[in-house]
Amino acid sequence: MSELRLMKGNEALAEAAIRAGADAYFGYPITPQSEVIEYLMTERPEERTGMVVLQAESEVAAINMVYGAASTGKRAMTSSSSPGVSLKLEGVSYLAGAELPAVIVNVMRGGPGLGTIQPSQADYFQAVKGGGHGDYKLYVLAPASVQEMSDFVSDAFDIAFKYRAPVLILSDGLIGQMMEKVVLKDQKDRMPDEEIIKRYGSWATTGKKGRERNIVTSLDLIPEKMEARVHRLMKKYEQMEREDLRYEMIQCEDAEYLFVAYGSSSRIAQKAVQLAREKGIKVGLLRPITLFPFPKQQLLVLAHQVKGILSVELSTGQMVEDVRLAVKGRVPVKHYGRTGGSIHTPEEVLEALEQKIISDGSN
Amino acid sequence: MEVIDIIKPENQVFNKTCLMTDTTLSYCPGCGHGVAHNLAMEVIDELGIVEDTIGVAPVGCSVLAYDFMNVDITQAAHGRAPALATAISRTWPDKYVFTYQGDGDLAAIGTAETIHACNRGENIVIIFVNNGIYGMTGGQMAPTTLPGMSTSTSPYGRDIETMGMPLKITELIANLPGTYYVTRQAVHTHKHVRKAKKAIKTAFENTRLKKGLSFIEIVSNCNSGWKMNPNDSNVWMEENMFPYFPLGDIKVKGKLKQ
Repeated sequence: MSELRLMKGNEALAEAAIRAGADAYFGYPITPQSEVIEYLMTERPEERTGMVVLQAESEVAAINMVYGAASTGKRAMTSSSSPGVSLKLEGVSYLAGAELPAVIVNVMRGGPGLGTIQPSQADYFQAVKGGGHGDYKLYVLAPASVQEMSDFVSDAFDIAFKYRAPVLILSDGLIGQMMEKVVLKDQKDRMPDEEIIKRYGSWATTGKKGRERNIVTSLDLIPEKMEARVHRLMKKYEQMEREDLRYEMIQCEDAEYLFVAYGSSSRIAQKAVQLAREKGIKVGLLRPITLFPFPKQQLLVLAHQVKGILSVELSTGQMVEDVRLAVKGRVPVKHYGRTGGSIHTPEEVLEALEQKIISDGSN
Repeated sequence: MEVIDIIKPENQVFNKTCLMTDTTLSYCPGCGHGVAHNLAMEVIDELGIVEDTIGVAPVGCSVLAYDFMNVDITQAAHGRAPALATAISRTWPDKYVFTYQGDGDLAAIGTAETIHACNRGENIVIIFVNNGIYGMTGGQMAPTTLPGMSTSTSPYGRDIETMGMPLKITELIANLPGTYYVTRQAVHTHKHVRKAKKAIKTAFENTRLKKGLSFIEIVSNCNSGWKMNPNDSNVWMEENMFPYFPLGDIKVKGKLKQ
């Protein structure tokens, strides 16, 4: 039954994993996302649905456990925070190369290095531009609320299995730690083993029964074969761009200026839109819900309408590069954002808009 | 009698298991990997468990194990096979899950995964081929390279002052309560082959009985990496490898042998 609860983002994500019918979660503690595995261990999902939960010896082991389970057609996921996600990228690259469905969650904190445990959005490049080695991309969902931390888990599994590709939920310490009300989805049944064998028998390594053997690998020593594999991946990414782009436009109809922001920063920017409009400045907000695919076309259309764009991120400016590429130089694009665990206020965002965009002579 | 008259089903004394493919082995002539592959596949065939068997291939010389083993196999990142096997076994508890790994994979880059899978007592079989060298990448020093042994990254011989002694990971994991059966075997003579096969069979039977982790080290040669002909490499193995890596059972039914 769907029910209304007051939960932390991390807890909502963990509960959603059980309800999404996930077969396995493999994790390793790291602040600010440890509540995910703590919640799962407390909830005993093996009794509720038969879902396996295991604390791995490292982030590296955890993602490779996901790889193992995914190679057999199981719905497997892991979560971590920035330094831990860096460790996972080897496995993520293998998942992409071997064309396996899996869900990875990054509850971002400030970096580089050990950085800070406070929220940040400085892993955008890592998430969107590949991160690990080789020619691949991730489908990246960016939740902006506890509700979306819950909703995006089953969405992520759906996309992962639609494309047989890893999907990243790119959250941050703010969304992970804050409490909001959340409507939890109904419990979905886990897929029975027989159904997994039937449905994914063409590729999953479930035991060679009544068919030729299945091999899951990312290795092709013949360059032409490896090239063909990479092109097959690229076709998936093109299809994602055509079919599974997600974004939200807030008060863009009459906007003369535009914020572009995702995740926690979009919540702050939304408040800044309100403050600006109280002052008579017509600002809209484009919130990419998927960071790849990116709403390039929508940005280009808005670039014909607005006088300037401010990309608002909890970093020194990463997504702003994609915004600039999308608008093809039609309007000035500037970046504003605190970083290293500091969080900008709506007032600071509005002030940045006024100083960097509105009063800039180039407009 | 002509040869053609002799080749008849009733005269057949050996049959290649259907679980070895007809693909030409990529291993150097004289290498023990082919025999070790064959033993694992014969055991799976004889136990009649292929429909429920899932293998995990490593990185190293046996990275292409899936080309030769006619079973479902997932190929892992370097050293991570025990993590994959853990997840497969946990999510498919009634399957037979095995990893096939070399010394660099299992005892260097994958040490953490090896130790923790063993410590958790995962219900899997680990087949560990130890030839004291990195064969695939061209003969570099391995964690199990013997003292003084020359490799491309220890051209003046392994210096134990700077590189330590060869890692006896098999003894190490045997001391973890999680392991149920730990043994060290070889495959260079028919006598050793028979013993090794028996050990592998015991391991898979342990999986069926859900006894936990079975670990079979196979001390093998690397004639190319050691720069010897196959016969000399086997003699060298007996004279140098076996004293440091003595053959035999180390732990049986969860109890260390004294």
